[in-house]
This record gives sequence, C-alpha cells and structure tokens, in this order.
Amino acid sequence: MLTVVVFLPVVAGVLLLATPRLPDAVLRWCLVAVTAVELVLVMVLWADFPGAAGYRFEARVPWMPSIGVSYHVGLDGLALPLVAMTAVLFLACAVYSLRETRRVRAYVALLLFLETTAVGLFAALDLILFFLFFDLSIVGMYFVIAGWGHRDHRRAALQFFLYTFIGSLALLLGFIGLYLAADPHTFDIADLTASRPLDGAPLAGALVLLAVTVGLAIKTPLVPFHTWLPPAHTEAPAAGSALLAGVLLKMGTYGFVRIAMPVLPAAWRQYTVVFVVVGVVSVLYGALVALAQTDFKRMIAYTSVNHMGYIALAIGTAGIIAGNDAQARQLAVTGAVTQMVSHGLITGALFLLAGVFYDRARTYDMSSYSGLAGTAPRFAGLTAVGAFASLGLPGFSGFIAEFQIFTGSLGAQPVATALAVLGILVTAALFLLALQRVFLGQQRLPAYVPTFGDLRVAEFVAVAPLLSLALLIGVLPRFLLDTIERGAGAVVELVAR
Amino acid sequence: MSAVLWLLPGLPLLAGGVLCVVGRRGNRAAAPVAVAVLAATLGLAAWAAVVRPSARVPFMVGLPLRLAVDDLSALMIVTVAAVTLLVLLYSVAEFAADEASARFFGLVLLFAGAMLLTVSATSLLPLLMAWEVMGATSYALIAFWWRDTWRVRTATTAFLTTRAADLGLYVAAGAAFAAVGSLDLGALATVPAPWLHVVAGGVLLAAAGKSAQLPFSFWLSGAMAGPSPVSALLHSATMVAAGAYLLLRLSPLLHSSGWGAGTTAWLGALTALVLGAVACVQRDLKQLLAASTSAQVGLMVLAAGTGAVSGGALHLATHAAVKSLLFLTAGVWLVSLGSQDLARLAGAARRWPLVGAAFAVGALSLAGIPPLAMWVSKDLALANADPGLWTVALAAAALSAVYAGRALFGVVGQAWNENRTTVGHPTRLAVAVLVVLAVPSAGLGVAALVVPDLPADVQGFEILASVVVAPAALLAAWAWTRQGAPLPTAAATWGERWLGLRALAERFVARPTHALARALAVFDDRVVAGAVSALGRGGRQAASAFDGGAERAVRGLVDAVGYGARKLGRAARRPQTGQLHQYYAQAAVALVLVAVLIVLVV
Repeated sequence: MLTVVVFLPVVAGVLLLATPRLPDAVLRWCLVAVTAVELVLVMVLWADFPGAAGYRFEARVPWMPSIGVSYHVGLDGLALPLVAMTAVLFLACAVYSLRETRRVRAYVALLLFLETTAVGLFAALDLILFFLFFDLSIVGMYFVIAGWGHRDHRRAALQFFLYTFIGSLALLLGFIGLYLAADPHTFDIADLTASRPLDGAPLAGALVLLAVTVGLAIKTPLVPFHTWLPPAHTEAPAAGSALLAGVLLKMGTYGFVRIAMPVLPAAWRQYTVVFVVVGVVSVLYGALVALAQTDFKRMIAYTSVNHMGYIALAIGTAGIIAGNDAQARQLAVTGAVTQMVSHGLITGALFLLAGVFYDRARTYDMSSYSGLAGTAPRFAGLTAVGAFASLGLPGFSGFIAEFQIFTGSLGAQPVATALAVLGILVTAALFLLALQRVFLGQQRLPAYVPTFGDLRVAEFVAVAPLLSLALLIGVLPRFLLDTIERGAGAVVELVAR
Repeated sequence: MSAVLWLLPGLPLLAGGVLCVVGRRGNRAAAPVAVAVLAATLGLAAWAAVVRPSARVPFMVGLPLRLAVDDLSALMIVTVAAVTLLVLLYSVAEFAADEASARFFGLVLLFAGAMLLTVSATSLLPLLMAWEVMGATSYALIAFWWRDTWRVRTATTAFLTTRAADLGLYVAAGAAFAAVGSLDLGALATVPAPWLHVVAGGVLLAAAGKSAQLPFSFWLSGAMAGPSPVSALLHSATMVAAGAYLLLRLSPLLHSSGWGAGTTAWLGALTALVLGAVACVQRDLKQLLAASTSAQVGLMVLAAGTGAVSGGALHLATHAAVKSLLFLTAGVWLVSLGSQDLARLAGAARRWPLVGAAFAVGALSLAGIPPLAMWVSKDLALANADPGLWTVALAAAALSAVYAGRALFGVVGQAWNENRTTVGHPTRLAVAVLVVLAVPSAGLGVAALVVPDLPADVQGFEILASVVVAPAALLAAWAWTRQGAPLPTAAATWGERWLGLRALAERFVARPTHALARALAVFDDRVVAGAVSALGRGGRQAASAFDGGAERAVRGLVDAVGYGARKLGRAARRPQTGQLHQYYAQAAVALVLVAVLIVLVV
C-alpha cells in the first residue's frame, strides 16, 4: 500500500508523458486528479494509523543484498504527518498550476516525479533509498527552476543544484561511514538505529555526524549554508517555490530526526550545543536579514531560515539529557515536527501568494506597490492571514509549533531560548511592515500596470485550504499531535540511550 | 454542563471569524448578528457568574486548556460582555452605512471573545493564546481605516509594542514549565526560585505592556486612530484592562517572588502620577482620556501589587463603565460636531443636554467626587498601600480630578455658540447607550457593599483626605480652565508628546534594529553568499588553471609518447629492407650479442 503511495505519482507522470496528443488542459487536470488521489490514499493511511509506536505499512525487499541495501519503507509518527503535508501541498500546487501554460506536459510529469521523491524520502527506512530520493529531488527541482523560472533562473538553478548536490555528497560520505561501522554492514535505518554502530567510537562518530550534519544543514538550510535559498526561491515559479520551501527543506530537518538523532545518539548528545547555537543564530539572523529585504519573495525566503532555526534549537535541546526531563524534551521535538508541517502549509501558501505579484506586475519589489487591498481584497486578506500565521499568532499552527519549542527548550537552554523568542518579535515587525507597505494606504502600482486584479479562482482555491488547515491545527491540534507525539517520544528515548 | 463554558468565548470568536471571512457580502447582516451574539454571550456570562462552571480539554502533551469562573472572573466576564454589548449598540447607531460593517463587527466579536477567554483561562497557555489574539485584533481595529497610512502606522506600533512585552509571557510559560511541569495559574506562586523570578518578571513585563504602564504607555496614544467605539472598548473592559486583570489574578505570584509586589505597586503608582500629569496637558479630548486610562489602570496595578485584589477589580469595573461612557460621548461629538479638540468643543455639553449630562456624570466619577462609583473603588484599591505609595496615589488622584475637571469645564463652561454648524445629530440609540452607561458610572460603588472580602480597616484619615482632595482639585481645575488652561511651553510640548516615549523607543529600539538588519543583509550578500560564489569561482579558476597547466603537461606527455612511438616505428621499419644479405648480417650480429649475453650471465 505504502509502495503504491510512493510510486503512484511517478507512474502516472510517465504514462502522461507517454500518451501522445493530450491537450494541455487535460494534462493540468490530470495533475490535479493524481495529486488528489494521492491525498486520499494518504488519508486512508492516516485513518489506519495505530495508537502504538513503531513503523506501520512496512515493506522490505532486498535490492542490492551484497552491500546490505534493501528497498525498505515504512511510516511512523514522524513520517506520516510530513507525507500528509506533502500530499496536501502538491495538490494545492497542482490547483495553482491550472494556469500554467508553458510546456505543460513536461511540467506535469516533473511535478509528479518530485512528489514521488518527496513521499519516498519521508517513507524511506534505508540510507541508500533515502539518499536516492534526496538526490533525485534536487535534480527534479533543478529542472523546475531552470525550465519554468524567471529572470536569472538558470544561474539560480545551477547554484541550487551544485550547492545542495555537494551537500548530498557529504551526506553519502556519512552514510558510507555508518555502513562500514555497522556489523554486519548495512544501510538499513531501522537496523542501524537498533545497533548504534558508532556509539563506542567518539572520533568516528563525530566525523560521521559532521558529514551528515553538513549535508542536511545545507538542505534545511541553516546559517551559514543558506545562501542558495534566496536566489532559488526568488527565481523559481510560484509552485516551485512553495514546494521547495514546503517540502524540500523538510528533507533536511527530517533527516536529523530520522537518521542523525536515533542512529548517532552518543555523538548527538556530545555536540548538541552546536545545534542549539546554530539554531539561535539562524532564528535571529534569518529574521533580521528578512526584515531588511525589499523583495517580497526574498523576504519570505529568509523567514524560512528563521523558522528552520527553531527546529534546530528544539532538536538541539532534546540532546541535553542532564537536568532536562523527558516531558520537556518530548515537547521540544513534537514542536519541531509540528513546525515542519506548519511551515510547509503557511510558507507554501505565502509563496503561492507571492506568485500573484509576478503574475500581475512582473515584480516582487515591495516599494512598487501600495494599497493593494482596495482592488484585491481577497489577495490582501489571505496574505494578511498567512502573515499572522507565519509570525506565530495563536490560533494558527505556527504558534502550536513554536510554543512547544520554547516551552520545551527553556528549561535546558534558558539564554538561547530567550534569545530565540526575540525572533517572533522581529518576524512580527517584518510582516506588519510588509503588509503596511504593500496592501494598505493609498493605492500605487508600477506605471505599466493599469489595475491589480484580485485572486482568481484557481489561486484562491489553492491557497485558502492551506491556511484553513493551519487554522485547524492551531485551534484543534490533537489530531496532528496524537500522531507526532508518538514519533517524538520514540526519538527522545532513542537519543537518551 | 461545563462544556457550555466553551461557548462563552467560543460563540463571539466563531461568529466574528465568520463575519470576517464573509466580508462585504455580510455588511447588512453584520450589525444585527453581532448584537444578537453579544446578547447571548452576556446571558452566558451571567449564567457562568452564577453557576461557576469549569472546563478542560487536552491540548498539548501535559498542557491542557482549562477554563473556570471564580469571583474575579465572574466580575470580569460580566463587565466585558456588558460593555461590549453597549459599545456594539452604539456602533449600530453611529456607524456609517457605507463602511465595511462585516469586518468591523467581526473584529469586535473576535476581540471580545479573546478577552473573555483571557479572563476565564486558568492556565497560562489559553491565557497567552487569547492575549495575543486580542493584540492582533486590536491591530486590525486600530488600522480599520487602512487607507490612511498614519493610522496603520500607529496600529503597527501598538501591536509591536505590546508583542515585545508579550515575550515576557512566553518566557514565563517556559520557566514555569521547566520548574513545575505545569502552567496552571494557581501553581505559579509555588514555582521555586530562581525560576520564580523569571516567571514574575515575565508576567509583570507582559502586563505592563498590555496595560500601557511606563515605559510602554506611548502605544495607547496612537491607538486613538481607530473608530471611537474601538477606543471605548480598548480603554475600558478589554486590552488595557487585561494587563491589570493578569496582575490582580497573579497577585500571589508577585508576593511570593518578594520583589515583584513592591515593584508592581510602585510601577502602578508612578504611572498613575506621570500619565495623570500628561493627561492634564492634553488639548485633544481623546488624548486626554487615553492618558487618563494609563493613569487609572496604574491604580489597579498598584492594587495588585499591594494585594488589594477586590478593590482593584472593582476599580477595573467602575473604570470600564466610566471610560466607555466618556469615549462614546467623545465619539458622539466627533461625529456630530466634527472635532475632538477641547477648544472646539467649548459648550458642546450644552448643545445636547442629555449627552452633556451623561458626560458630566462620567467626568465627575473619574474625578473621584464622592459618592460616585470611582471614588469608592479608588479608595478600596488603595486600601493596602503603605504611606509612601498612598501619598503618591493621592497626588495621582488629585491629578485625575484636574484632568477630569479640565475636560468637563471645557465642554460645559461656556455657552454653545449657536452659529456653529454641526455635521450630524446624535441618534436616540446612541444617547440611550450613554444614559445606560451613566448609571453604573455613578452607582456601581454600591457593589462594594456586597463584595465579600473587602478590607474593613480603611482609615478615617484616608477617607477624609480623599473626600477633600478631589473636590479641591476639581475647583482648581475650574479656575485653571476659566483662564484658558495656560501652561508653560515646555510642559505643553512634552506633555502632548507623551514625554517623548515613542521617540525614545524609536531611537533606541526600532532604528538600531533596522540598522542591524540592513547591515546583516549586506553582510549576507557580500560575505556569506560572496564566499560561496568565490568558492565557485575558485573552482572554475582551478579548473582553467588545470586546463592551462597540468592538462597541457599531461597532454604533452601523451603527445610525446605518441611521437616517440611513431619515431620508434619509423626506426623499426629501417631494417626491413627486403634484401636477404642484410637480414643475414643482422642475424649474425644478434647471435653474437646473444652469445656474449650468455657468456656474461652464465
């Protein structure tokens, strides 16, 4: 069943690619249909998800037995919410892309291919499988940016590809280190989690953790490995940005909780302060640099650095065992995973909304606009909701994530957490100033744009459900937290071994 | 039955959310829906005040959402619901037909629902959630007329200032959880040191910001940019009252921290004194009332710091009635006379006597004239103050009589100039709302008789002082206003700028932050991204260097091998002449060489 969920999109993509003479409109609706079916399948999985810890829907088939590689997939409380968020976001992007007109066949196939890499990565329980999907997602996104981006997109795409590809090589190096250390040699995540091969070897453990961390930190991205992000986001098409921020960044943070923490617990505990520091720096640095941006999309891109910083802070403090009770650690990790889901929904929505600027007036420059709320009230309203959700207003998912992170982290790292709390003030400032500049006041538009039209149906239908879901999680979070808490509890125990 | 308690904040929150989402299409239905919802909410509040329900749902792991109604909450929910309902009725009467009513009424419902949740929460988590939502909706209400950039700017200032202070609650929650693993308000006082001090400090910071105490008072000045009903609501039973409520609720925490109680009391007393003085020099009626809000809330904060919880709560309720009455009256004059400048409102109270009478009741109560409501509640709020605090508070009370007197004599003192044009006429409903509000403004003091745990030992000397001081100060205000309220220029300028607090915040917080942000952005572009590009460039340069150097050497080597092979090949062809005698000679030479080798080796 899980395998079907993983490969359904890419199979559908290949079929669409192979079927000749399909009109563009049909192709676009096929994309919506496939992603919708995928979402339904994921909801079926969710409904069938049990109350116990451990993996569900597991499948394990030998693939390259001589080097201990198998096709091993399964879902637990950490993976399932991310798979669900991925399915939701792809559907939203499919709906948004109903207005795409350029090389539709290739575009549809590419998006479906990307969906398989994302779902496959979150379901992967084998390092090589994980690495494979990790790399393929980079390849897929490279073509999305290079093929459907705008302005300086080729350069941005190349930079994105080279930078994250180098990261993936570091990751592979770490994985090979784990393979060699394990006895018997294996790439299986579940086996490695059980055997913790490097817990007795401090130096090797540190080096492998370093390699894995560099690889994942580039993808996440954490300061100082974040500079590929702004150009990639700014030049990518709207749906591409939304998927890049919503899904691809999570591959990095997910790697930490899926691989680095459970497989290298001793090394993680030893160097956990590094994550706390990098997290706090990312929070404040990302927020402040975002505050100084004049380009709307670049600003959103930097808030991603800020939001990912909270995750690093939380998983860093979860590595502090002494004087930090398990409930606090679980709260922090639950917050981190909730943040992954929440950021996917909210920032995904904001990037889709950012696409409206380019669509209407070919610029993201905030000083070109003013008072858009007059002619585009729905656009202004949804952006305001997205902005308040992103700045962590209670009632939205971002608060559920960040409050858990702060409350779970403060006991173990009071100073770092108190500094990180400042981040929500800076994000509040930057979003309110952006709203003030762009949407409120008297109307002003670039000279060559006669009017600024409100959201079209496809745009509205793509964005509104994302924000509604963020609201639902913010008000009634139990349905999500029930699932995440089990996975987070397991990670906390694994790190403390 | 207890689940019904969720409806108390839930009903207005839900209805408000729906109205905001529906937008323009809901404009016509908005007002009746909002009034109906608030009437139902008031009923629920009355029910809850009698039944005292409590409710709880799981929310985060180990951190449930809990609501309950006790004495303090009962007083608060009834006050909030009643004042909001009256303000809504006023808005129905005064709101222009072409305004975005759905958005306005929706936001007011959200705002009221958030306040109701704040005052019925028994744990920091739901309290913080409601607290922040209230801040966000106040932003949207202050910026209601969003086409005017200056209004939006003041709204942004208000939200950022209060949110900066709100960070205290986040830290307090984290500290409480770290210490006792619970966020129950009742458990906060038992948190062990040093976390106790973090919790107390965080709570005090957040409350000072929300209640516009020093040094955060400036945001309240800007908050006047919203519609008058918004000011009336913001300044009476909600928003600023929330900070005072929090301190009253957590008075035990402040006391168990040791330093917290005294700091809170003095913060309140100083705010009452300083902002009282600021209120005296305002020329704009709404600005005068705004500064007086900070000052009066200061007395409630003082009460929380000295443990006079019932007195502080009663002062909160009487002030809510009085201040909503005064703001709505100012709104009536603004709509019908087109001004809120005291100089241009001269004699306004005589233009419509009923409106003027209601305003007079409110102003006299605010001045602390016995036996009106705020006279009673103020003395009860000061019941536990030590002599030092009490003296400062008495001075603040005298100032409140001065500013209330200035407002009152400003609008009553002269005859109305019949030649002046008016731009509208107060509606009957609006006037009715004012009259209804005047009743508790005058008489809510009798509630002191039924409130159970009021201190009985108010000194005769203190009562005498308060009976004498307010009328004397009022008299002084009358004399001063008759001369046109002259002021030294410095006092007037600094007073009207609210002591330049906003400029200070801008200079020492906002601008440095922006400068840092810009510097970091440049650093990010040039250094961090620059380093990566340089690395990339370096890679390319290394590649071309290899191409030019090593590559050529390697190619040269390969070429040389090829060349050598060709040469050898050519050399090897030489002996192949095809002539037999030459082959024999070559064979002979080879044989001799082999023979020599064999001899040498063997």
